[in-house]
Amino acid sequence: MERRSSLPLLSVLFLGIALLYVPILVLIAYSFNASPLVNVWGGFSTAWYAQLLHNRQLLAAALLSVEVALAASTAAIVLGTLAATALVRFARFPGRLLLTGMVNAPLVMPEIITGITQLLLFVSMVQVLGWPHRGFTTIVLSHVTFCTAYVTITVQSRLQAADRSLEEAAQDLGATPARAFMEITLPIIAPAIISSWLLCFTLSLDDLVISSFVAGPGASTLPMVIYSKVKLGVSPDINALASLIVCGVGVCIVAARGLMLRGERRRALEAPGTTVRS
Amino acid sequence: MRRTWAPGRWLIILPPLLFLVIFFLVPFAFAFKISFAEAAPRVPPFTDVISFTPDHHLRLAISLGNYRYLLTDEVYGVAYLYSLRTAFFSTLICLLLGYPMAYAIARARKSTQALLLLIIMLPFWTSFLLRVYALEGIIRDTGFLNTTLLHLGLISQPLRIMRTSVAVYLGIIYSYLPFMVLPLFATLEKLDPTLLEAAADLGSTPWRAFLDITLPLSIPGVIAGSMLVFIPAVGEFVIPSLLGGPNQLMIGRVLWDEFFGNHDWPVASAVAIAFLLLLVGPIAIYQYYNVRQLEA
Repeated sequence: MERRSSLPLLSVLFLGIALLYVPILVLIAYSFNASPLVNVWGGFSTAWYAQLLHNRQLLAAALLSVEVALAASTAAIVLGTLAATALVRFARFPGRLLLTGMVNAPLVMPEIITGITQLLLFVSMVQVLGWPHRGFTTIVLSHVTFCTAYVTITVQSRLQAADRSLEEAAQDLGATPARAFMEITLPIIAPAIISSWLLCFTLSLDDLVISSFVAGPGASTLPMVIYSKVKLGVSPDINALASLIVCGVGVCIVAARGLMLRGERRRALEAPGTTVRS
Repeated sequence: MRRTWAPGRWLIILPPLLFLVIFFLVPFAFAFKISFAEAAPRVPPFTDVISFTPDHHLRLAISLGNYRYLLTDEVYGVAYLYSLRTAFFSTLICLLLGYPMAYAIARARKSTQALLLLIIMLPFWTSFLLRVYALEGIIRDTGFLNTTLLHLGLISQPLRIMRTSVAVYLGIIYSYLPFMVLPLFATLEKLDPTLLEAAADLGSTPWRAFLDITLPLSIPGVIAGSMLVFIPAVGEFVIPSLLGGPNQLMIGRVLWDEFFGNHDWPVASAVAIAFLLLLVGPIAIYQYYNVRQLEA
């Protein structure tokens, strides 16, 4: 569909985009405010950024969050790619509908329910098995659960669009199904795997509700520390931290998309027979 | 003869299947069990529902007290209704705002389209918590909006938005708008433009053609987008907690307070189970039949 849009349509589009972006831009502007009062502009200053480096609690929480996000998103791309392969390649197997349901449900399940139910599982497991103790392990396990759902959905659609005949040709030439998959199909779905890894990383880094339930008293992730600070009122150093996170993630995403689009274009030129969808 | 996956296929199916069964499905059974327990001052803080007596007899100690409590204490009923109403109207506003946005993007040139989609997607990738916090900076009594309006002389008193229902609506719309736009765009983009041309050739006005062709064909996107906004909005915790006041009691907040404030895990489990059965259950069944129809 390619037609010119009317003026009212375009104004709604820009109004919506403004709604999405103005709060973040204002936040970034305030993070450079020398005055600790929110409604007074006290001149340009980077003092709040400098102060972040001395906040040990914040740094420890940030480190924990990054470790959790690395572990959870890496485990999730393995499980999610397996699940997507199973759903696309095996037309029927016992438990197929169950698997379909379980990869779709976490996307719509209210986090608060996932959080409390998983906590109850973990405390019951500790009583019986003596494992897992609340902290890093339980946070990673719960993040892997919802991340796997996102990976499966993303990789699944990519796998469906991928040209099956290449893999079949490799098998006709004597490759085992596993080898054909690894050498032919995996490179084709790699962009989807990479982008879902990035998505999982940011989702895990951002999760507050589920982590709060399963973390236990000892561990605090970055969103948990931010939430408790924000709940008490405005804190200018959170403005600085928020600006850093939002800009950092934004730059990474735009760069990753740019690289991926370039890679896809190159592949499309090299192999004119294959259809590449972005 | 091409070899098939047959022997190895369980190596592919089982790891994700088992992981999700254990860490996604089984937890609901535990929550269900514990919703029949009673709070007790021990670790973990609830009584055993299933236990064995010293002479190895199974003992069931089922308490319906938590569910009775949900029915008698009016906080829960009020919170359910407030959550449903808030989620419904926010979804409606998201739809009214998101539909024209998706429509405009679908009609844009391909190169512009990629850029606009990235712009819509980007907030989804950045921190949800921080975006809610950023919105607080706009609507707070001494925030950007009030400061600007006062400065321009348009108002003489700061508008009270924080700690009201308006703040909660704004928070939900601001946070979930991309979830509405993206599925709508996906269906509108697939729409065959020749249908609209045919309608125009047969003398239909653009508005008429929109109502007769575009709108009915985009219903799957409308449903998908509404689900993606409505369901998380009903269970929302962060937005009513940071932007709402004591009257903006949503079910997610009640559950959170019961758990972290009162340390009453059994009542919190009962709230979660009731929430699941009343709302998520019906939607899951609807989805199940949808998936089955698609797979048939």
